[in-house]
Amino acid sequence: MCTMIAQQVKITGSGKAGSNWFRVDQASVSYDHPFDMPLEYALNIDLTNQAAGLGARVAVELDAESARRLVQVIQEVMLQAEAGGFLKKISKMDS
Amino acid sequence: MYTTDQYEGMLAETVVLPGYHADLINAYFARPLGQGPFPGMILIHHLPGWDEWYRETTRKFAAHGFVTLCPNLYFRDGHGTPEDVAAKVRGAGGVSDEQVLGDVGAALEMLLALPYVSGKVGLFGTCSGGRHAYLCACRIPGFSAVVDCWGGRVVMSPEELTPKQPVAPVDYTTDLSCPVLGIFGNDDQSPTPSQVDQLEQALIKHAKSYEFFRYEGAGHGFFYYNRPNYRQEQAVDGWTKVFAFLDRTLKGE
Repeated sequence: MCTMIAQQVKITGSGKAGSNWFRVDQASVSYDHPFDMPLEYALNIDLTNQAAGLGARVAVELDAESARRLVQVIQEVMLQAEAGGFLKKISKMDS
Repeated sequence: MYTTDQYEGMLAETVVLPGYHADLINAYFARPLGQGPFPGMILIHHLPGWDEWYRETTRKFAAHGFVTLCPNLYFRDGHGTPEDVAAKVRGAGGVSDEQVLGDVGAALEMLLALPYVSGKVGLFGTCSGGRHAYLCACRIPGFSAVVDCWGGRVVMSPEELTPKQPVAPVDYTTDLSCPVLGIFGNDDQSPTPSQVDQLEQALIKHAKSYEFFRYEGAGHGFFYYNRPNYRQEQAVDGWTKVFAFLDRTLKGE
């Protein structure tokens, strides 16, 4: 909210904070002040389940270079998974 | 100035007040003991939330002789650790200017109603709170001083305006009714030195009383001793400037 560079997206998944797993249903992505990373600004990702309370949050704070590398790797892995036909299998399992 | 033979005491506690739309919100409150009258201060917290630094700073202002109120602007977003609450607000793009104006206006009313508060109340904010402090000093009548510490987005391009922040605070400068102290780091990215220049030009254009101090070797948030941007020499000097300004504008010293 200092930069106001933030977006939110609905997701389906699980996250782990401490020793507890919980369902996550929203990702908040911002480029703003981090809480822990020793930077003025960072790429912050919060995976949350607000119905379970504000503490149900998996947080990461990355420098810009790391954030770009992570996006690239996720895309490459998803492409590999798609090429291997795994995404269809997941869709069948979901249905 | 404090001397070692002085009595000093304060009361500090969490209180509740009716904020924007008369919603009950909580606030951290600290005041010097005694009948007063003491000037008042409203502290507007930063992006990392209604956190320990702001509770400490509330007590710091009380120790300097100000009845100080720090409203929790994120109260409506739920409760948890300050980080978890602030992370929720950060992800949602912050709170609206309208809501902040309502909460701060209510805080001003509360302070002015207290029997030990003089008629003079100032504003202090850092980071997004610096922006909010400037905005409130322009939009809410009744303040006698405002301290804007590195408030970003006081100067905004049209593309940066959002439904939550529909007007750049600098565009309200004509309505500013109290002196301004600005504390900035020349290495800051928000506000940049160029944006500080633009704010200064607006203050000159509208013949407002202001003092700006721009620190070399400092960036954003250089008062925060718990962050890597802390700059000891600049922070010590900045705090001296803050209290000299408030002693003059609110205490007449």
